[in-house]
Amino acid sequence: MTATVPATAALALGDDALVLSHRLGEWAGHAPVLEEEVALANIALDLLGQARVLLSMTGDEDELAYLREERAFRNLQLVEQPNGDFAHTIARQLYFSTYQHLLYAELAAQEGPFQPLAGKAVKEVAYHRDHAEQWTLRLGDGTGLSHDRMSRACDALWRFTGEMFQPIPGVDIDWAALETSWLASVTDVLGRATLTVPEGPRTGAWAAGAGRQGLHTESFGRMLAEMQHLHRSHPGASW
Amino acid sequence: MVTATALETELLELAGSVPDPELPVLTLHELGVVRAVHLTGTGAVEVDLTPTYTGCPAVETMRADIEQVLRTHGMREVTVRTVLSPAWSTDDITPEGRRKLQQSGIAPPRTQHSAGPVTLTLGPTRTGHAGEAETGTAPEAIRCPHCDSADTELLSRFSSTACKALRRCLACREPFDHFKEL
Repeated sequence: MTATVPATAALALGDDALVLSHRLGEWAGHAPVLEEEVALANIALDLLGQARVLLSMTGDEDELAYLREERAFRNLQLVEQPNGDFAHTIARQLYFSTYQHLLYAELAAQEGPFQPLAGKAVKEVAYHRDHAEQWTLRLGDGTGLSHDRMSRACDALWRFTGEMFQPIPGVDIDWAALETSWLASVTDVLGRATLTVPEGPRTGAWAAGAGRQGLHTESFGRMLAEMQHLHRSHPGASW
Repeated sequence: MVTATALETELLELAGSVPDPELPVLTLHELGVVRAVHLTGTGAVEVDLTPTYTGCPAVETMRADIEQVLRTHGMREVTVRTVLSPAWSTDDITPEGRRKLQQSGIAPPRTQHSAGPVTLTLGPTRTGHAGEAETGTAPEAIRCPHCDSADTELLSRFSSTACKALRRCLACREPFDHFKEL
């Protein structure tokens, strides 16, 4: 089973989980209410657990997390985007958790190296997706201010969503069907939240997205510096 | 062979008797996370442990506690393996485990009896209120562990740990943790 782990896929999926986990962890001490602080930290913890399993499939988890340079990370540009305001974080959660839930459901349903992890994680991510959907409804269909901010956040992150459906070598699923399901689900949630589906491009020259090839956005370097500096300054530190 | 199996059963019971580090009222057996014990040689044993959540931080402590118990019982070499498949479910919590959760003020998870793909309908946030009967689609209520009322509502999907949600009882007004179905 583990004889043929596709390293590219393990890194791509593992880096998505690791990087988003770190971003969500940045909310600790800053979330709008205590319950939300706990919720975001718990989602981050689930993602960190998934990242540990995925990265360990292809190498030493600590070396991969703490000693790679920016260009060696294979995560989507979407997950590295700064937290922004709470609406931006929720828009990022909506786009990503819907994708991850659909993707893990596919991987859980087929024999392969990712089946055990996906079968477990799909149940965790169902709660992440529900959390994001409920907040999207509440903010979109809330006050004028919350509606405007949620709308701005959905628009701002839209151009990062096309990259999610670039096929990953070693992940043998119907990517076009995945994209169709994702679009239908996001359109449904945005509609119920009285928000409009953003109009900008999701793919092509005007869209973003080369994270899978190791090209990242400006803020990612600073995020990595913070994430890695302790281990680089004090190799093997523990407490 | 016969003695080995008897010893394995004994060791499985010992490993299962370790209290859960986060919910010490439950044993690991009652939580349903110790899957198997295999003797791999004289005094050498391998234990299969499955995490509740992939990122459960208590796994390290469980591992250490199991090792200690089995070493005290004469095992020289104890290996605790983490197994993910089949994925742990809250249905794996024993009836005794559910009773103990309830007693310690945590509403136990409802049983799911389902296999296959997970649906996203995680249910309404409020259960057990009058309006439900009219629709005829009332889900099984989540009962208050303090006063047993079925009229309770969700406050937050995530509580003190990832495996629990925070709810409030609308009858006695007490907040309580609910062990989420997984």
